[in-house]
Amino acid sequence: MRAFKVLIQKEFLQIRRNAFLPRLIIAFPIMIMLIMPLIMTMDVRNVNVTVVDLDRSTTSHRIISHIEASDLLTLVSSTAEYGLALQALEEGRTDVIVQIPAHFGRDLAVSTPKKISINANAVNATKGGIGMQYVVQTIARTLAEVRGEESPVNIQELITTENRYNPTLNYRHYMIPALMIILFILICGFLPALSIVGEKESGSIEQINVTPLSRFTFTLAKLVPYWIIGLFVLTIAMIVAWLVYGLVPVGSIGLIYLSSMLFILVISGFSLTVANFSDTMQQAMFVMFFFIMIFMLMSGLLTPVDSMPRWAQYITYFLPPRYFVEILRSVYLKGTTLVEMWHNLAALGGFALLFNTLATITYRKQV
Amino acid sequence: MHAIEVENLSKSYGKVKALDAASFAVRNGELFGLIGPDGAGKSTLFRLLTTLLTPESGKATVNGLDTVKDYIAIRSRIGYMPGKFSLYPDLTVEENLEFFAALFGVTLEESYDLIEPIYKQIEPFKERAAGKLSGGMKQKLALSCALIHRPGILFLDEPTTGVDAVSRSEFWDMLSGLKERGITILVSTPYMDEASRCDRIALINEGHILGVDTPQGIVDGFRSPLYSIRSRHVFALLNAARQQEGVLECYPFGESHHMITDSAFTKERFMKAMSGFKDLEVKEIEPTIEDMFIKLMKR
Repeated sequence: MRAFKVLIQKEFLQIRRNAFLPRLIIAFPIMIMLIMPLIMTMDVRNVNVTVVDLDRSTTSHRIISHIEASDLLTLVSSTAEYGLALQALEEGRTDVIVQIPAHFGRDLAVSTPKKISINANAVNATKGGIGMQYVVQTIARTLAEVRGEESPVNIQELITTENRYNPTLNYRHYMIPALMIILFILICGFLPALSIVGEKESGSIEQINVTPLSRFTFTLAKLVPYWIIGLFVLTIAMIVAWLVYGLVPVGSIGLIYLSSMLFILVISGFSLTVANFSDTMQQAMFVMFFFIMIFMLMSGLLTPVDSMPRWAQYITYFLPPRYFVEILRSVYLKGTTLVEMWHNLAALGGFALLFNTLATITYRKQV
Repeated sequence: MHAIEVENLSKSYGKVKALDAASFAVRNGELFGLIGPDGAGKSTLFRLLTTLLTPESGKATVNGLDTVKDYIAIRSRIGYMPGKFSLYPDLTVEENLEFFAALFGVTLEESYDLIEPIYKQIEPFKERAAGKLSGGMKQKLALSCALIHRPGILFLDEPTTGVDAVSRSEFWDMLSGLKERGITILVSTPYMDEASRCDRIALINEGHILGVDTPQGIVDGFRSPLYSIRSRHVFALLNAARQQEGVLECYPFGESHHMITDSAFTKERFMKAMSGFKDLEVKEIEPTIEDMFIKLMKR
C-alpha cells in the first residue's frame, strides 16, 4: 500500500515537474471548448439564391422579398433568363436557383399553377440539401400567406413543428459532449502510453522491474493519475460549456462523472496495453493514432452511427467510445437516466475490465 | 552454497549468441569481477542473473534460488545497478532514494548506516534533480539506491564506465568497504586495470567465459616470455616483429608493442634481425591481465 502511494506521488511529481504537461492539461480543454464549438458547425448559413422570375406578379415579388428578408438566405440576383442563373450556379456565385413559371400568380388564384422549380448545387451535399430546404420553407410560407388572405383558414396554423431536446437546432449543443470525449481520448489515451514508454526509453522501468513490486500495482499506479486528470479536464470542459455556451446537463451530473470514470479507465487501459507492446515513443504514438482515428470517425462522435452502412454499424459495437457518446449526449441534452443507460454503462465496464486485464497481463517484468 | 552459481547459461537475440554456455560460481562475500570488452555478453549475464531475462538453456541460482522459478524471492535479496543511469532524472536525489526505499518496503533511516559512507558525499545535493548530477555523483546515487534494502548480493554492471579516474578509484574503495560488511559483489568492467581490485575475476569474450581465477592466478597462467618493444617507427616495427621466428603474437600496447614468444626465441637474435631500427628498445616484462586476455582471445 505504501509502495502504491509512493508510485502515485511519483507520477504526479513527474507530471508537475514536466515543463509542458501541466499547461497542456489546463490549457488544452479550455482552448478546445472555447474555439472548436464555434468552428465545428454544420449550421448552414448564407445560402445564395438566384431567382428566375418569369411571372413578374405580386406573388412572385412576394416570394422574392421573403427570400431577401430571410437571415439564412441571400438574394444574389433576380433575372428573367435561366441561362444567366445557371451560369452563376456553375461559377459558384449562387447555391440555389428558383424558377417561377410564367402566369404563376394568376394561376394560383384560380387553379393549380405550373410548378416552381428549385435547383441546388449539391457538391457540398449538406449545404445544397439544407439550402434547398430553407428555400422550400420560405416559398411555402409565402404561398400559405397568399392563400391565407383569400381563404378563412390559415394553412400555416395547421402545422406546428418543434425540435425536441435541442430546441434551437443548435449544432454546438450537439458537438460539446463530443468535444469532451475527444479531450478524454487525447489526454487519457496518449499520456499513459507516453509515460510508460518514456520509462522504457530512459531505462527506469528496469529499476522498477528488479523490485518485488507486482505488475498489478504498477499498472494501477499508472492508471490512477490519469483518472484524476481526466475528471479534472471534464470539470474544466463542463464549466466552460456552462459559462460560454450556457449549456448545462439536463440529466444527472453524477451519471456524467460515473460514465466518464468508466470511459477513462477504458481508454487509459487501452493506452497502457499499446505501451506494453511498444519499445519507442514513435511506435506507441503511431499505434495510438491509428486507433484514435477509428475511434473519432466511427463512434458517432462527428457523424451519427445510424447513417453509416450496416456493416460499419456492426463494427461500432466493438468501439468503446460509441457507448460513451450515446451516454454523454443523451444525459447532457435529453436528461436520460441511469436506468435507461445501464446497458451502455455495462458495455463500458466490460471494456474497462478487458483492457486493464490485458494491460496487466502484457506488462512483463521478465523477458 | 555459493552466492551465485551459473551453469551452462545461454541466451541468444535472434541469430546472435550473446551468451554461450557460461559457467562459473561466486563465493559468499566475494568481490567478483567480470572482465571483458563491449559486446562480450556481460550485460546479458547481469540481466539473466537479476531475473530481467529468462535463459534459453542452462541454469543459474542466486542465493540458492533459481532465477526463473524463484525470481520474485530473488528480487528482494539483490541490488542491481544497470550500466546506464536509470533512476528518475526529474526527481531529486532524496526523492529517488525514498521512492526506491518505499518500493522495497524499507525506510531511508533503517538503511542509513549502510549507505552512509556513499550517500554522505552526495547529501549536500539532495535537493538537486538526479539528471543534473555529474557522472560520479549519479553513480553514487545509483549505488545508494541499489543498497537501500540491504541486499545480500550486489550486481553492478559497468559502474565505472564513463567516470573519471579519481572517481573510479574512489568507487572501488567504496566497494571494498561494502565487501567488509559481508555483501557479495558481482561487478563488470571493460577496464582490465580494475581487475586487480577484485578477489577473483572471470574473463569473458563473445559470450564465452575464457577463464576464472584470482587476478594473480590469471597472470600466473600466462607462462610464455613476454617482451615490450618500442621504436619511433611504430607500424613498421609491428609488421617486422611479426615475421620473426619464435614470435607468437605481437600487438600494440599503449606506446609500445607487446610480444608473446615461445622457447625458440632469443633476445640477441631478435635484436640482430631488427638492426634496421636504430632506436629499438626490447625488454622482458611481467604480463598483465590484458596480455592474458589477448592470449586467451587469440587461442
